[in-house]
Parts: sequence; C-alpha cells; structure tokens
Amino acid sequence: MNREELKAYLTETFPTATIGDTFDFPLIVVAKENLLEVVGKLKNAPETKMDFLFCETAVDRIEQFEIVYHLTSTTYRHDMVLKVMLDKPELPELPKIDSVYSLLEAAEFYENEIFDLFGVTFDGHPNLRRMILGDEWPGYPLRKGYEYPDIEQTLK
Amino acid sequence: MIKLADIVQWIHQWLTDVLPAFWATIAANALAGIAILSLVLVCVIICVYMERKVAAFMQLRLGPMRVGKWGSLQVLADVIKLLLKESFVPTRADKILFVVAPVLVLTVSLMALAPVSFSDGVQMWDMNIGVLYITAISSLGVIGVLMAGWASNNKFSLVGAMRAGAQIISYELSAALSILAIIAMTGTLSMNELVQSQADGWWIFKGHIPAVIAFVFYVIAATAECNRAPFDLAEAEQELTAGYHTEYSGMQFGMFYLTEYINMIVVSIIASTLFLGGWQPFHIYGFTAFNQVMDYIPQFFWLMGKVFFIIFLMMWFRWTFPRLRIDQLLKLEWKYLMPISLVNLIIAALCTVMGWHF
Amino acid sequence: MEPIINFAADVEKTDEFVVNIGPQHPSTHGVLRFQTTLDGEIIKDIVPIIGYIHRGIEKMTEFLSYKQSIYLTSRMDYLSSFMNNQACALVVEKACGIEVPARAQAIRILMCELQRLASHELWWGSCTMDVGAVTPFFMAFRDRETIMDVFEANTGNRLTTNYILPGGVMMDILPDFIPQVKEILRNLKNFLPEYEALVNGNFIFQKRMKGVGILTKEQAISLGVTGPVARASGISCDVRKLHPYDGYEKLDFKEVVADGCDSWTRYLVRLEEMKQSIHIIEQLIDNIPEGDFRTKTKAVLKAPEGEYYQRVETARGELGVYFVSDGTAKPYRMKFRSPNFSNLAVAKPLNVGAKIGDLIASMATIDLVIPDIDR
Repeated sequence: MNREELKAYLTETFPTATIGDTFDFPLIVVAKENLLEVVGKLKNAPETKMDFLFCETAVDRIEQFEIVYHLTSTTYRHDMVLKVMLDKPELPELPKIDSVYSLLEAAEFYENEIFDLFGVTFDGHPNLRRMILGDEWPGYPLRKGYEYPDIEQTLK
Repeated sequence: MIKLADIVQWIHQWLTDVLPAFWATIAANALAGIAILSLVLVCVIICVYMERKVAAFMQLRLGPMRVGKWGSLQVLADVIKLLLKESFVPTRADKILFVVAPVLVLTVSLMALAPVSFSDGVQMWDMNIGVLYITAISSLGVIGVLMAGWASNNKFSLVGAMRAGAQIISYELSAALSILAIIAMTGTLSMNELVQSQADGWWIFKGHIPAVIAFVFYVIAATAECNRAPFDLAEAEQELTAGYHTEYSGMQFGMFYLTEYINMIVVSIIASTLFLGGWQPFHIYGFTAFNQVMDYIPQFFWLMGKVFFIIFLMMWFRWTFPRLRIDQLLKLEWKYLMPISLVNLIIAALCTVMGWHF
Repeated sequence: MEPIINFAADVEKTDEFVVNIGPQHPSTHGVLRFQTTLDGEIIKDIVPIIGYIHRGIEKMTEFLSYKQSIYLTSRMDYLSSFMNNQACALVVEKACGIEVPARAQAIRILMCELQRLASHELWWGSCTMDVGAVTPFFMAFRDRETIMDVFEANTGNRLTTNYILPGGVMMDILPDFIPQVKEILRNLKNFLPEYEALVNGNFIFQKRMKGVGILTKEQAISLGVTGPVARASGISCDVRKLHPYDGYEKLDFKEVVADGCDSWTRYLVRLEEMKQSIHIIEQLIDNIPEGDFRTKTKAVLKAPEGEYYQRVETARGELGVYFVSDGTAKPYRMKFRSPNFSNLAVAKPLNVGAKIGDLIASMATIDLVIPDIDR
C-alpha cells in the first residue's frame, strides 16, 4: 500500500485512533490501553502485515512522553509510525505502558534502553533492566531538564 | 672422521679413570643431563625464532628484525623479559598446585628425552622399552595442565584444562596405535634398535601403505598432543583468552611456553626415529656415490634435520588452519583416526607376518 | 535409538556455572560482555551486557547544532563513519530542504562504498581470526590499508572522518583520488579470489561455519535484524534498493540475498557484497560529475518543526536517524537506530544450546561494532 492507501486503511480500521502525518510516514496515535490490540492487528492483518519493528524510542514532550514505534512490513515494504502518549508522573513514580515484546521481539532491547534513559516501565517485558547505565545511575538522562549528577559522587 | 660416539666414549673413559666407579656414573649422568638440557634449550630457541619467522613470512610480514641481525637475539630478549617479570599468584588460587604445575609439566617433557638415540652410540639410557617409556611419560604432562587449570581458580582456565584433558587422552590412542604399527614391523621397543633396523631404508619407504598412514596419523595426533593449532583448543586464544595458562605470568608462563616447544621436539624426535630413520642418512639403493656423500653428513645433523622438518610441518599447520570445535575434535579422533589406526595396525601386522615389507 | 541407560541424565549430573565473556576478551572486539551460563561447553543462557562505552551521543546532540552533531555520528560505528555522517546529513538536508550537488552525491557514494569495502575487509580478517586462522587477518589488513590511505589523504582522518556534511562534502577530492581508487579496485579484484582460495575451501572452516548459528527468517524479522545478517536469512532489506538515497537508484547493483540462515551464508553474503561494492565504484569512478562539491548553507540551520526519519545502509545494516525538531537550531531529540544494537538481539537465539567455540564463530559473522551499540 502506498502512503495514501495506508492512511485510508488506518482511518477505516481504527476509528478511535488519530491519524496524521510525519514528514516521511503516516502516523497513528493510539491510546495506551489499545496499544497491544492495535499492534497485534497491524502485525497480523493480511492487508498491512507490519511485522518489523525497526525503531522504538521515546520523546520527552515536557508534560507527556511520546513512545514512538516505527513499523514496516517485510512483505509489502510500507512503513508507518505509531505513537502512544503517556502521562508523566512526578519522579520517583514511573509511567507505565504495555510491552510489545510478545508481538515483536525486537522491542526487548529498545524498551530496555527507553527504561534506562527515560524511566518508562514496560509491563510484560521479559528482562527489564538498566541496560546501558547500570542500576546505580541516578535519574534518567534523556528526560528534558535532567540534572547531571556529580560524577565524583556517582563513581564513589 | 671423529664421531660423536667417540667423544662421548672418551669423556666416559676419562671419568672412570679419575673417579671411583660410583662417582663416575653420577658425573656421567649429570653431564649427559646437562648436555641434553642445553641441546633442548638451544633447539627451543631455534624453534621460537623459526616459529616467528615462519609465521611472519606466511603473513606478509618480516617478523622480529630489531634485536640482533635479523632479530636473531629476540628470543634472548624475551627470555630476559620473562625472567624479570613477577611470577604472580592470584589471591584465591591454590598456591601449591599453582606453583608446582608448570614445573611438573616441564619436568615430564624433559624426562621423555632420556631414551632418545641422538647418534650411533650416543644415548643417555638405552632401555629396551624406550618407546613405551616415552609414550607413558608424555601422557603424564596432562596432569600438570589439569593442575594448572584447576589451581588458577579461573573459569577459562578450567574449561581449557578440561579440554586439554579430553583432547590429550583421546589423541594418545591414535598416536600409540600408529607407533604400534611400526613396532609390529620391527619387533623391538628400544629406540636404538628401531634406528638400527632402518639402516637399509626408512620405515616410511619400507613399510608400504601402513607406515605412510601411520606417519600421517602420528603427525596429526602429535600436533593434537602438543596443543598446537588447529588443535589448540586448550589455549584457544579467541575463545578462552589463553586457556589453562591464563593466570600465569613471568617465568611460570615461560615454563609452559618452553614445554610446548620441548613437546614438539619430543614428538618430532619420535616421529623421525620411527618413520624417518632417526639418525640414519638418506640412501638410495644402488647410488653408491650419492650414498657416500650422504654418509659424510654427521648423523646428529640428520636427526635434527628431520626433527626440524616435522616441526616446520606443525608450524605450517598452525599458521594456515582454523581451529576445530571441541566436539569435532573428539569426533575426528574417535570416529575416524582411531578406527582407521586399528585397521592399519592389523594391516601392518599382516604385512609383517607375510613378510611383505623389505 | 534410545540409550538403555541415560548416563547424561542420571549419572553425570553437572553443575552450571556462569562465565563472563568480556568486557575484556580477545574476540568481543570491544567492550561487550556476554554473561553466559555454561554446562560444560554448552551454553545454557546468554545475556549481552552493554554500556561500557556509552557516551550519551543522543543527549549530547540536544546541546549542539545540527552541523556539530555530525561530528558525533562518526564516533558511533567507527567502521562506517561515512555512512553515519551521511545519515545525519541527509536527515538535516531533508528537514531544511537543502539540495545536494550531483558531484557531492557521487563523492558520497564512492566514499561510502569504499568504506563498506574497508569494513568488510576488517570483518573478514577478524572473522577468520575468531575461528582460529590468524594469517587471513594480515592479508585483510594489507588491502584495507590502501583504502585507509585514500581516506586519510582525502578527508584527513582514517576512522572518524566527519567528511559528509549537510549540503555536500567537506572538501573536494584530490586529483589523484581517481587513479588511486582504480589501483585499489585492480588489487582487490586479484585479492578476492585469493581470499576465497585461502579460506573458503578449507574443510575445517566450512565445518565451523556450515549449519552453525542458525537464524531463521521468522526470528530475524521478529528481532528486527538488518544488514548482511538479515539478508543471509532471506530478508530483502537493503536500504540502498528499497529507499534509495543520494542517487543509488541510478546505479546498477544487486542486492545480495541468500536463505542459508547460517554463519556460512552470512560469510558468503559479505564476500559477495564486496564484489557489488566494487561494481558500484567502477560505475562511478569515471563519471564523477563536474560542479560544486557543496552547496552554500546558512551558518546556523533551523529545521521547521516536525519529525523526520532517514535511513541509510551502513556496512552492518540499517542506520536510522529519527530527528524531532522544535524549530530551533538544536535538535529536540535525535535518536540513532543503530544496526548493531538491533543485531545484538540475535545473541540469544543464535547461541543457546551451542558451544563456546560456536559462540565466538557465529558472533564473528554478526560483525558487531561496540561503540555503535552503546552510542
């Protein structure tokens, strides 16, 4: 499907979601509760077959987190972006979202990275750990307004 | 022409003249030990230098060039470096075993040189079971390797040591069976008599196909016994960092390094004694002039030439072949080499009984 | 046939033990740690542990201008630094609407393909060395060195080249670039058969590679694997073909796809890719268009608000740059989807149940570059 067809298909199939555009790909914004259902449908529906998660990341939008999934289909080679907006509670409470690991195994490392650098926890993730920085690192550096720790103190 | 045997005889005579019989024996033995030790050390130095140069020329390099002319003193510099380094013992290591292991490995490999016949009449101990003695002694070395791996308290070392154990014990079999094929033809276990039996032709030429097969298998098994690539699984730099001697440094490591080369020399000596005629010169039947020229080359150099030829073969393997995996290694031994060696032994026995060899 | 007594289960009960392969280990090619649980020689579980050289490149870009960010990208995959620069430059060009002159595009492709050759050379050397053959490593480095000399002369650097900028390339190629590259190609055409003669036919090498490290197509898709690793599992994923950039669409080359799924196929795919790269360079080397090597851009670039995504094919797979702009001169968020980070995920499915020797051999064919994983 080309971009327009894909957008039309998405509008039709997911009436509750918001359909939009990024510069390169069609965009669908879904609610946090529907994430697994939408991804599962996108992956398994014969029209889309979005079986390849090539990028998953988060963007800190000050009030909210955007979890961004870039999906593509190895069969049809059409790409799309899926976004989930996530409320940002005060630290130390962490926002929570379902892990898509059960559908797309590629999410394991991406979600570990997001957990490590943004402090977003994923339900149903097989091995959620602070993959890059390690357990002792204070705070979540890729959040906006992150205060750098005193390195001397941290390394002690 | 002065023969090596005459010199040895002359020294022995002199010792018995000036000393009482008991002390003369002791002195003779000590002198022989020192002679063999220094001979082996010189050979090791040549081997290490040769290994580097062979490797370098196979790898489009020049190898050591800075210390001495053509880097000839590089080995000496390395030995000095190893001697000056601290022999470090890890905190949680089993200290006694850790220190004993390299000494044991080195002693065992030196012991294997006792019955070697270097030239006509030059032999430290002409025992009638020389070959059996060498095979028995050389398999003791694995105990030292296992000790080193266990005592280091390092998981890589342990895995390396277990690999070495499995590998050496397995390959002992086909090495021994290959040796047996020749023993079957000669009917003697004495190193001296083995060499004497090849005065009219080396066993690799006399013994037909069984001898050739036995020679090839012996070289393969010997490479494996020495833990040389492609069978260097016990060290396996890319997998186990350095295998059983990961934790060793200084001269303790130096001893393992030394042992590797002494083992190579020992197995090469056995191979050349059994298959390539030991110190017997190369003769072609009927070419009298040629044969006489060959006779003028001292017997000792014949032996060393053959030894270094086989060592060169092993170096050639090392720098061209990738490494086997442990299960492939054991499969090669138990499924191919050992059954074929057994069949080969039967054929060799048949050849002997029917008198098919010369 | 079932054994009458199952010795393995009853008599020889063995303990598992944990071995850390890395972070300092001869064949992890960098500071990567595999926490392996071993039962004897057999790997029961493997967890890759990363982060030893995490430099926070994504965070650093948030304080730098777009042009400055380019310099950080060279430090990610230091064996594909041209492609990394290119990805970052392309996404900025896309966002700011900058046209790239034809000459610059041609130079970019030439440099990138040379880089791919150099990278695969290094991989070939280290891969064979991991299997235990040391000699090929030196042959690979002999040939790689000639390519590095060209880089050094033309860009000033051997690894972190920082050569490709938004709007073109940093400086024009030198007059003797073309004869030098032709010389390299001539040599490589002689040497590639030599490589194959030395290693490919070797019985032990084939035994170590064939049927080892199986990564099925389904696994590869699900794990998000790209690059030669995915192509060896039968997935067509060459970005140069699927989403051409910088004029790759005008060139004639084949995407190398094979479906052997094992280490041996990955090995062959990379060797074949080297031939394709040579083919690409041959088409371009005599046809570098005249003209500017760079368009004049504003000193401070500002991208309109929005989200941009650009992918390029590095030597190891698909590098994606996800670029969120808020209209200021600094990126709001720049995410590098690095190929090695995704490819690292294969460590577990590839190696559980295999032996230590296989771990080293099959990870060698994955060809990881650790700074690219950690960023």
